[in-house]
Amino acid sequence: MKPTSIQDLATMQDEIVKSGKNTWIKVGLSTCGIAAGAQETYFELRQQLRKAQIQVEVKRCGCAGKCAFEPLVEVAMEGMPTVTYKNVSKDMVSAIIEKHITGKQVIKEWAVPQVKDKQLRVVLRNCGVIDPDNIRDYIAAGGYQALAKVLLESSPEQVIADLKKSGLRGRGGAGFPTGLKWDITSKSQADEKYIVCNADEGDPGAYMDRGVLEGDPHAVLEGLVIGGYATGATKGFFYIRAEYPLAIERAEKAIKQARAQGFLGQNILGTDFSFDLEIRLGAGAFVCGEETALIASIEGKRGYPHPRPPYPSVKGVFDKPTCINNVETLANVSAIFAKGPEWFASIGLEKSTGTKVFAVTGKVANSGLVEVPMGTTIREIVYDIGGGAGGGKKVKAIQTGGPSGGVIPEEYFDTPVTYEELQKLGSIMGSGGMIVMDEDDSMVDIAKFYLGFCVDESCGKCAPCRIGGTQMLHLLEKIADGKGELADLGSLRKISRAMQKASLCGLGQTASNPVLSTLRYFENEYKDLIKA
Amino acid sequence: MDQEQLRKEVDEIVKPWEGKEGNLIMVLHQIQNRYSYVPRDISFEVAKRLNVPLARIYEVITFYNYFKLEAPGKNIVSVCLGTACYLKGAPKLIDEIEKQIGVKPGETTPDGQFHVQAVRCLGCCGLAPVITVGQKVYSAVKPEQVAGILAEYSEPATAAAAS
Repeated sequence: MKPTSIQDLATMQDEIVKSGKNTWIKVGLSTCGIAAGAQETYFELRQQLRKAQIQVEVKRCGCAGKCAFEPLVEVAMEGMPTVTYKNVSKDMVSAIIEKHITGKQVIKEWAVPQVKDKQLRVVLRNCGVIDPDNIRDYIAAGGYQALAKVLLESSPEQVIADLKKSGLRGRGGAGFPTGLKWDITSKSQADEKYIVCNADEGDPGAYMDRGVLEGDPHAVLEGLVIGGYATGATKGFFYIRAEYPLAIERAEKAIKQARAQGFLGQNILGTDFSFDLEIRLGAGAFVCGEETALIASIEGKRGYPHPRPPYPSVKGVFDKPTCINNVETLANVSAIFAKGPEWFASIGLEKSTGTKVFAVTGKVANSGLVEVPMGTTIREIVYDIGGGAGGGKKVKAIQTGGPSGGVIPEEYFDTPVTYEELQKLGSIMGSGGMIVMDEDDSMVDIAKFYLGFCVDESCGKCAPCRIGGTQMLHLLEKIADGKGELADLGSLRKISRAMQKASLCGLGQTASNPVLSTLRYFENEYKDLIKA
Repeated sequence: MDQEQLRKEVDEIVKPWEGKEGNLIMVLHQIQNRYSYVPRDISFEVAKRLNVPLARIYEVITFYNYFKLEAPGKNIVSVCLGTACYLKGAPKLIDEIEKQIGVKPGETTPDGQFHVQAVRCLGCCGLAPVITVGQKVYSAVKPEQVAGILAEYSEPATAAAAS
């Protein structure tokens, strides 16, 4: 029977939780885990347990965020502490079964060390915990109760008011207040409206959204349906990067399961609200993360951006009012309505509430997905959680915001992470990429890398971005080759300003940021190359 | 492929998307999944079937990196050029691949064995630098491992010619 009340869902939750066993093994099976060999480990575990006739359930889960330790295997045995083993290749399986399962002894040297750090999991609450392919696991974790509360007890106006109270800001990068975005869309009059989940994660070196979609797709879906109700959307689109086949597969499965349970489709949860979703795939164009380009792409066209206004909330997909939210934003929405806006607003700082997920990668000891309350300092993220550069090297700087962001040198690492503070330093929050660079890395080279990326990805529609980017890249190449002149630095700054002011969309307006910020903090590195 | 067979295959692909607004990119994805690129004769047929000008189809194919106009080699070697992989030495892997099989990203070996491409982030930055061959992922790759990885996929004749 399909649930039609909060009570129904709570009963389902109870039943599923009660039917669960206290002894189980869990293997993380997301892209990074599978790449490290988790699939082989999973099959080996099942096979060996079957052979030895040991009755222990082997479960699958998404990414726990500890990418450097993949494949991860978590073992829970009645009367023993739950232990996570790291880097478990299939050759290690027999030892784990023999010592831990049969012998009831923890293999300490293989266990992931338990450390107390500032991580707080709101968005990643279920990632690495539940089986993303099984809606029952999500319901057991309290899933879809937020949707039930919203549909059965709140008006769309109340939902928007609550979201505003939570202080949630868009996690795609710019930090626009989500409640306000929903409000504007809800007030646009049209026969049809759309809500879009932007899962076209294009920043190279970042994979927060992939982690969430592969680890907990229902959390995003639930947020999207709540958004549909609040904005008055009749239909939703999941716009996902084609380069993420596993995320697509899991989102497809989640949609089917949600439909079967009555959380999507006609008369959701027995109410008169109807809403359905369709997946549309990106095709490898960074510019399609920009909302007007994304809209063109959903319409099956070239991903060319358009000038705003009109904003998508007035004229979006197929010229209808459209609300576009990022994956992490929507996963926050389902948490906010489960636990209340006051709870969310109490996390983080006044103007930047809640948490932020970062993909901490590059020259860092423990690379992975990290979720911390807003206001946590960069130092706490890079050193306490990331473990520093590793290999005895010194961290020189981080880069946030990907190709649209900038570098932040080590001496500013005590800055709390908020939208405003990062902007003051000449970078941006961005979608959550945090690249750590050590003393061996050249800042000119990293600026060239990002600019090269933007030149590749420029759609070519407007001249400032198309020509400005190429000219800047020529100058950077000239400097890197030791043929630069001091006047080139002035030219770089001048072209940057022109691109910022005159480009049509966010890509061109921000493409020069990595160059400007490296010039701001590491001008000496440019000058050294010019002198040499 | 004869015309009738071709028409039948295009029909299968187009049918689920028929009448849906903005379906072109999704149809192209299905085509590429099936043929590993978008063959020209298929595009002609799709143009007729969806009633869109051929130019519109090519406009879309050439805009997006994901779509290919030519059959890629038998083994697709993707080198991740995301930021983490870049910092951890991916450009050296590209140089090494070129040294081993003589092709740059975007090219196919003359015998059609390998197609090399640079990709923007496969999303497993914790394992950087990463190379994939087909579906198989190789993590924390060092330049000296490249020859061995490629040899796993070389047919005996090619391997002999290379040595």
